[in-house]
Amino acid sequence: MNRNGRRSSAASRRDTNLPCPCRQRVAGAFFIQKNGESVVSFVSLNNIVKRFGAVTAVHRMSVEIPQGSFVTLLGPSGCGKTTTLRMIAGLLDPSEGDIVIDGQKINDIPIHKRNLGIVFQNYALFPHKTIAQNVAFGLKYRDVSKDEAAKRVRDALELVQLPDVGDRYPAQLSGGQQQRIALARAIVVEPSVLLLDEPLSALDANLREDMRIELKRIQHQTGITTIFVTHDQSEALAMSDMVIVMSKGRVEQIGPPEEVYNRPQSEFIASFLGTSNLLDVASAARENGAIRLDVPPLGSLALPEANAPAEGAENLKLVLRAEKIHLLPADAPADNRFAVEGTVETVDYQGQAARYFLRIGDTQFQAINMIDKSPFSEGEKVSVRFQGEDCVCIAGDAA
Amino acid sequence: MTIERREARQPWILLSPSLVTITLLLIVPVFFIVVYSFWLRTASGADQAGFYLDNWKEALTDPFYRDILLYTLKIAAITTIFCAVMGYPAAYFIARSKGNKALLLMLLMLPFWISYIIRTMSWINILGVSGALNWALMHLGIIDEPLQMLYNQVTIVLGLVHFLLPFMILNIYVSLEGIDVTLEDAAHSLGATRWQSFLEVTLPLSLAGLAAGGLLCFVLAAGTYITPVILGGPSDAMFANLVFEAIITQLDWPMGSALSLMLLVVLGALVLVYNHFLGMGQLMKGLGK
Repeated sequence: MNRNGRRSSAASRRDTNLPCPCRQRVAGAFFIQKNGESVVSFVSLNNIVKRFGAVTAVHRMSVEIPQGSFVTLLGPSGCGKTTTLRMIAGLLDPSEGDIVIDGQKINDIPIHKRNLGIVFQNYALFPHKTIAQNVAFGLKYRDVSKDEAAKRVRDALELVQLPDVGDRYPAQLSGGQQQRIALARAIVVEPSVLLLDEPLSALDANLREDMRIELKRIQHQTGITTIFVTHDQSEALAMSDMVIVMSKGRVEQIGPPEEVYNRPQSEFIASFLGTSNLLDVASAARENGAIRLDVPPLGSLALPEANAPAEGAENLKLVLRAEKIHLLPADAPADNRFAVEGTVETVDYQGQAARYFLRIGDTQFQAINMIDKSPFSEGEKVSVRFQGEDCVCIAGDAA
Repeated sequence: MTIERREARQPWILLSPSLVTITLLLIVPVFFIVVYSFWLRTASGADQAGFYLDNWKEALTDPFYRDILLYTLKIAAITTIFCAVMGYPAAYFIARSKGNKALLLMLLMLPFWISYIIRTMSWINILGVSGALNWALMHLGIIDEPLQMLYNQVTIVLGLVHFLLPFMILNIYVSLEGIDVTLEDAAHSLGATRWQSFLEVTLPLSLAGLAAGGLLCFVLAAGTYITPVILGGPSDAMFANLVFEAIITQLDWPMGSALSLMLLVVLGALVLVYNHFLGMGQLMKGLGK
């Protein structure tokens, strides 16, 4: 591992006047590989276990989070993502394992000395304090002069684009505005890590998408290492540098959003992210850089070997994303793509796109296609086309 | 009848039993007492109807009545402070406890199953000359003679705190229940210690409940009649005892009426002050639970 190959610090991305919260400490920090380049791990979870009585909420979780990155813990409810966040925050103690932030083991450091910024799901603004008092709250416990505090509160309100609400009370703001204030209150103290616990889930759909962009902008501007918890895959894919997908207390996959989406490593991820068709592989054979699969009812098809698991994997499954399937009229001329005949069963028309339920042999498939004119109609015979390199072969769960 | 008219009448129909009861049993009697207070008791013992200010003049100017009123307010204030200091931690504990809240609240209500008079008299068995405490102290050899612990100001306050503490705890509990626990986590994560988080967030947000409990304790303590009779000494009469004395012992209804109205006005003024600053909503929340 290369200690000099450390990624340039978050300070270079910063263009606000909020000072960089990240101290430059290397000793004891962890290094991980990302895109072939060594990256300093800023937050590390080493074999974290959390048990509640007989229930294990988090099983031996190990994660390395680089400085300045935006990392998402994604999973369905009850997967342990919020428990993990609360352990990092100090609101829960891990049953086993270490949590290291900036080279320092923080397990035994009380919450109020961890220097974290937390945005709670329900915002948790103090209802009896004005917005300015809310934002200034954390500065009271830090060595900050009155003038400096006032300036930082102004800057923070400016950053979240609500410079004029300082004298109001939280109840006088809309949900989206309260959300921004909660964010301002968390980042004004220059936390070493920003923790966001499903901060967008209480907002309505349109506002949520705006806040998503806003949150990403603010994270870019401040360069604060951010850990975001959500069950919403589109949030996770849109915002993160790295996605940690969890299920039943275990990490299923860690990687950049494109990788997690396009190269799922487990059945759970294939079915949790996007819409996929999951098919049993009857037999597989490797031949010079490719893998040839026999997948009923499609027949025999070849995938690049990179899209297949290591040799010896069992219970092979083929993952075929719904949007990778293209439907053509049944009499369309053949091309270099894999083709099979199918019948449209149901059409879910969505304007610019349509979701089709198809029947190929005895199996139902889903396909999502952009459409120019009118969609195929129910009962129509179509030619189903896709490319082998768009498919992924994974080792399925033991039957 | 249109639906609108029926809906407009509905609250009044539902309220009518209570309104009739309150009018007949509270407003009408108070009206009689107001009228009575302007009558005069003659030397012969008969009441002279009319409009005389003599009772009011005596009640407002005689230092005897003034001193007892001040003494009553002092006892009520001390009782309220004790209830607040003892009740807050208990309420906090119940509000933050996980799982067995219902049981804890039931334990809190348990004393109400036993008559207030019996509960008050039980202190005689504990603190009396031949009570449990003296017995224990004598058997342990700490004292030779039984101590005279009963029938003073301290035992009155003790009895009142015993009676009123659950009201205080319930009121504070209700306001604490309404506070989001993540607020304290948020304060804590921003750098405040647990104690600072409590002082900055939870305490100010629960003040309304504390004030409601305080008002209730103060009004009930200031109007108490039984506690000083059972646990007080000869010089520990409170204002309600004066009213009893005037009406039952001396059969001076006009004077008793004036005195009871005086207490009503003083406590009513207190409620108005409370209402001005905090509104009655919080008190209703506490009572409704």
